Amino acid sequence: MGRYIVRRLIYLFAVLFVVSAITFGLMHAVPGGPFDKEKALPAEIVKNLEKRYHLDEPLVQQYFRYVGHVFIPEFSKTKFSSNLDDDALFKFKIGSVYVKWMNFGPSYASRSRTVNDIFRQQLPISIQLGLMALIVAILIGMPLGIIAALKQNTVFDYMSMSVAIFGVSVPVIILGPVMIWIFAVSLKWFPATGWGSKPPYLLGFLPQKLGWSYFQHAVMPPIALGLASSAIIARLTRASLLQVVREDYIRTARAKGLQERLITTRHALKNSLIPVITILGPMFAALVTGTFVTETVFGIPGMGKYFVISITNRDYPVIMGTILLYAIFLVIANLVVDILYAYLDPRIRYD
Amino acid sequence: MADLLTVQDLETRFRTREGMVHAVNGISFDLKEGETLGIVGESGCGKSVSVLSLLRLIPTPPGKVVAGTASYQGKDLLQMTDEEIRQVRGAQISMVFQDPMTSFNPVLTIGQQVAEPLEIHQGYSRAMAYDRAAEMLTMVGIPRAKERLNDYPHQFSGGMRQRVMIAMALICTPQILIADEPTTALDVTIQAQIVELAKRLQDELGMAIIWITHDLGIIAGLADRVNVMYGGYIIEKAPVKELYANPQHPYTIGLLASLPRVDESGRRRLASIDGLPPVLMEKPNYCPFAPRCSFAVEHCWKENPPLLQVGDRHTAACWVNPKTGGERV
Ligand SMILES: Nc1ncnc2c1ncn2[C@@H]1O[C@H](COP(=O)(O)OP(=O)(O)OP(=O)(O)O)[C@@H](O)[C@H]1O
Ligand SMILES: [Mg+2]
Repeated sequence: MGRYIVRRLIYLFAVLFVVSAITFGLMHAVPGGPFDKEKALPAEIVKNLEKRYHLDEPLVQQYFRYVGHVFIPEFSKTKFSSNLDDDALFKFKIGSVYVKWMNFGPSYASRSRTVNDIFRQQLPISIQLGLMALIVAILIGMPLGIIAALKQNTVFDYMSMSVAIFGVSVPVIILGPVMIWIFAVSLKWFPATGWGSKPPYLLGFLPQKLGWSYFQHAVMPPIALGLASSAIIARLTRASLLQVVREDYIRTARAKGLQERLITTRHALKNSLIPVITILGPMFAALVTGTFVTETVFGIPGMGKYFVISITNRDYPVIMGTILLYAIFLVIANLVVDILYAYLDPRIRYD
Repeated sequence: MADLLTVQDLETRFRTREGMVHAVNGISFDLKEGETLGIVGESGCGKSVSVLSLLRLIPTPPGKVVAGTASYQGKDLLQMTDEEIRQVRGAQISMVFQDPMTSFNPVLTIGQQVAEPLEIHQGYSRAMAYDRAAEMLTMVGIPRAKERLNDYPHQFSGGMRQRVMIAMALICTPQILIADEPTTALDVTIQAQIVELAKRLQDELGMAIIWITHDLGIIAGLADRVNVMYGGYIIEKAPVKELYANPQHPYTIGLLASLPRVDESGRRRLASIDGLPPVLMEKPNYCPFAPRCSFAVEHCWKENPPLLQVGDRHTAACWVNPKTGGERV
């Protein structure tokens, strides 16, 4: 298992390399640049800016400069300055040597912040939102799917699947405002906008203070974001469980005289969850990276908004950084799923 | 010997998209204490459905036992409550299935699965049930049984898995073991070992066995009596020696004539008889074998023959005496 994980982490770097190259190429292939404004800047200034950010160099050189800054750790005997160029996602000290790693560079659009600042302040909110949406999706989806399968073709089945169809067919952009209108404006149960946590974060993404206000803010957005995913989980769980209960080993269990309840809990559920677990990895990544609409509707200062704005602004470092981080998420989420998978299914061994 | 199980007029149907499938059409048979009853017949003739019906393991819908009784210890299995039949399954009547690959739960250990019947039927603690499971595995010839309890099914070979399956079925010392083609998925040498194992366990534990197979060769060395099935009917019943020496139904004669045959791969082939197996979409008012029968006379097309007495403890569902070619009276 240990060797498998190491192999996968090496693979992660290969993925990041490919993703960064493609993103870099596409980004520069799109017409327009970061300093094209409606009111054109004087050519002199643009030239200076481009020089300052090395945009006047050949593309290949720019690419390797960027990749080098992100992936190659820098060491120093003295403390790094608080200069924007000297920022990095990871800064620490080994013995008397200062190390920094993953310098995503300064943002072109918000001139006073680095990409790492944005990651530190906005990304944790999107991760929290995505994680909670995933939990909502699992907590709603799995029980619905299980009930639907166990009571196949009964009113429970139809009701569960109606909820699921509702979930996939109503987009956040409608569901969100409706929820705000009902639960925030009319009933006043939850605040309409905002998010209840502030940096710094534990482990880079967990809120340090969990107060009442945090929970109040964290009810509606995860539900709005997670409902569609819960519908997917519900349908998959149902299909998978219906498949499993027709397997020979379920008949064997019944022939041994097991109670129906035991047949379901001990023999059917674990098997039926295997395919469901498989989609949780990509689903988590999709939820974390797909928060734009939810964040806009609920006025949450997360990463989604920055990402979309960075693309219209041609804010190259933010685009690159965000996509690389999202790729890391996807690979790590899938790795976690694979490990879970091996735990659930003894036939799978990774060595 | 006393009758342990008496089945009468058992009839099971499946409602399918194409129409009603008459899988078992009113069969009757009995099973005596400690004996081995063989059920033979080609694929699709209703062997599995008839025994699954007894334990009420037919998937419902689409299947349904529409008529019949199956009396076991003075009670009708088919009329029992769900809870009563559950307490019979695995404790008093056990089953071994055909495919040892798919019949085990892949995500539970062998120990969990073999010990399970003791825990649910006899209230054993986990530890005691595991000890007993290890004994049982040793008894069916699994080496290092105690360690292997923690292994998963995929870590066993096909033959070993079938041994484990037998251990699991016998762990509560049932009175009846139903083996539904337990050797079909195994290769020939392993088949023989499983048959030997079943015989030895029967001597030691004394249960009655219903052994279902395609293969008349296996039945010869194992069964006391044989029921031959065709198209959802039992068409011949006889003690095993009598059946081999003096088959009375043309279908049985055909089956025996095509034995023993071993093909290139060394597997014993299914006996083959010209013509197609019967369609089960309707109950025929003629003999279901008549379309493939070289002895068929007019009577065979007018009336489906019931089982007729043709010898001592020997019945056959055929209007014609195949020895003479004339009709029986
Ligand atoms: N779940 C089901 N749905 C519909 N028809 C079924 C079902 N199970 C069995 N049948 C039908 O019942 C008939 C008898 O099937 P059965 O499984 O008893 O055959 P068998 O004699 O055991 O054959 P085999 O030697 O292949 O196991 C078959 O024609 C089959 O199509
Ligand atoms: Mg069968």
